[in-house]
Amino acid sequence: MRAMSLPRSRLLPRDVLSVSSMGLRTRRLRAALSAVGIAIGIASMVAVLALSESSKADLIAALDKLGTNLLTVTPGQSFLGEDAKLPKPAPRMLRRLAAVEDVAATASVSSATVRRSGYIPKEDTNGIGVVAADPALVRTLGGTLADGAFLNSATIHEPVVVLGADAAARLGIVSVASRPLVLIDGRWFAVAGILSPLALAPELDSAALIGFPLAKKMFAVDGSASAVYVRASPDAMNAVRPLLGPQANPEHPEEVQVSRPSDALAARVAAKSAFTALFLGLGAVALLVGGVGIANVMVIAVLERRSEIGLRRALGATRGHVRVQFVTESLLLAGAGGLAGVLLGVVVSAAFAASRGWPAVVPTSVVVAGIGSALGIGAVAGLYPAMRAARLSPTEALRTV
Amino acid sequence: MLELEDVTKEYPGPVLALGGVSLSVREGELVAVVGPSGSGKSTLLQIMGTLDRPTAGVVRVAGFDVAELGDAELAALRAHRIGFVFQQFFLLEGMSALDNVANGLLYAGLPAEERRRLASETLERVGLGRRMRHDASKLSGGERQRVAIARALLGRPAIVFADEPTGNLDSRSSAEIVALLRELNRDGSTIVVITHDHEIADAMPRQIAIRDGLIEGGG
Ligand SMILES: Nc1ncnc2c1ncn2[C@@H]1O[C@H](COP(=O)(O)OP(=O)(O)O)[C@@H](O)[C@H]1O
Ligand SMILES: [Mg+2]
Repeated sequence: MRAMSLPRSRLLPRDVLSVSSMGLRTRRLRAALSAVGIAIGIASMVAVLALSESSKADLIAALDKLGTNLLTVTPGQSFLGEDAKLPKPAPRMLRRLAAVEDVAATASVSSATVRRSGYIPKEDTNGIGVVAADPALVRTLGGTLADGAFLNSATIHEPVVVLGADAAARLGIVSVASRPLVLIDGRWFAVAGILSPLALAPELDSAALIGFPLAKKMFAVDGSASAVYVRASPDAMNAVRPLLGPQANPEHPEEVQVSRPSDALAARVAAKSAFTALFLGLGAVALLVGGVGIANVMVIAVLERRSEIGLRRALGATRGHVRVQFVTESLLLAGAGGLAGVLLGVVVSAAFAASRGWPAVVPTSVVVAGIGSALGIGAVAGLYPAMRAARLSPTEALRTV
Repeated sequence: MLELEDVTKEYPGPVLALGGVSLSVREGELVAVVGPSGSGKSTLLQIMGTLDRPTAGVVRVAGFDVAELGDAELAALRAHRIGFVFQQFFLLEGMSALDNVANGLLYAGLPAEERRRLASETLERVGLGRRMRHDASKLSGGERQRVAIARALLGRPAIVFADEPTGNLDSRSSAEIVALLRELNRDGSTIVVITHDHEIADAMPRQIAIRDGLIEGGG
């Protein structure tokens, strides 16, 4: 009796899509609302990741502009653990190296204090240190002046001071137009300029810079540098770095410390990731809530569409076809939410980056991960409702009342 | 085409819905299964249509012994050889009459264009050619049942089962549906109509009477 063979039930892939999108097309508002959770979760994650990339790109661009070829030579410690000193000719010796392009020395005048007037107690230093500096300092550091001019070969002999960005702010001086004066150890100095923050030498932001010749005359400065900033030619960076110690202090090269301040900036790039992780966690929570919302909507859909399931079984659908229909419906729902979330995240992060003057960076991997995790959530959320739908027997599904 | 031998169906309770039913329907027949409410007609239709399995007995449909087929094979049998018409029509809302009819071969793996072509032909046959593009929810009861009949007939199944097809219709629409079923049968379709309405049963060439899960006559 069972002579003829029977072709299997088949649902073409294109039909899977149209069958699965039917529930969404006929219940648009509900579909949109249930996708909102996923959209918010994905949007926040995409925005956080894109912004972290943008701020990194900004720091890296800043690094590029400042250059990674600045080296700082400072005295280290002697063999006995005492503070060492750089020999007086160190800056001159360093300038002799072929690969060295610029050299500028500074020496801190530890005893001196800076005040706006004599009514302010001497002890109230505001954390501002007096530092003797070469006129080449700003050029060597790649720094700029917020106002006025830096020390030059004439003003280094005179009671003239240039303030670091923080020092100026603490003294309440915003411009040099009114020819402000400050009191340094009982003598009035004219403020010639105010520096912008120095990314590669932040220690100078709180300094009041005066010329070496005047510093030697006024204070008991012995002329030994507390820091020498060396701009090397970028190609010779690695070769020149080990030469600096012996060149600065031929007798005790081990007492010289050489560092690259751009490394500290690069470390800040890495430190940003800590915040990113926190916000990503919050995004993940939103995503989870969105997934629960979708699962909820799918469970309701299966309850409501029992007779549709029965009809499909009568039309020849297998349990697998029913399962695929509801899982795909959930995937479409979550995928649409994910897509909307990615778009929203990109727009938000681009706007925020623009407001900060950062480059807008949206890595492809973030977009892919965003849509991918939305689909993953959709699959998980749809699985249980789809199994329930598939488990219904045709007669159970068709039973009214 | 259809053969039942000593089929019983017991529901948990226990309720003996079918107490040993034997009947056979040959190709090209139009048969009414008639009986009062609760007599086991729907149970019988579900078993004949392979939507459910009997507790005991043999069911053969379109040459296949149902007991020998697995779940997926029964689905395939329904997809290719069996058509259903229900009292509640079960049309999908938000879909045109044409697409609802085209669903009749959705699980047979036919491409959508082919299904639509066949669907428009079949809609012409049931007299709804001009209503094809209308949304299913905008049709009258009689029109909806015509759409459902066209859907059942789409794949030219070996047998069509109709459970109270006129149960939700007024008497005029009922008469039209009965006339349509007779016409389709004259064109070669094998149809089993289940009804509690003797007037409708009497309009069919053959009647099988059922009461309390047992065949009273015509089996
Ligand atoms: N799923 C079920 N579980 C328990 N009893 C059922 C179920 N379906 C039908 N019955 C019972 O089986 C008997 C026959 O029902 P049914 O086949 O629906 O009759 P009809 O269609 O002729 O009204 C009735 O007593 C009914 O209550
Ligand atoms: Mg019934």
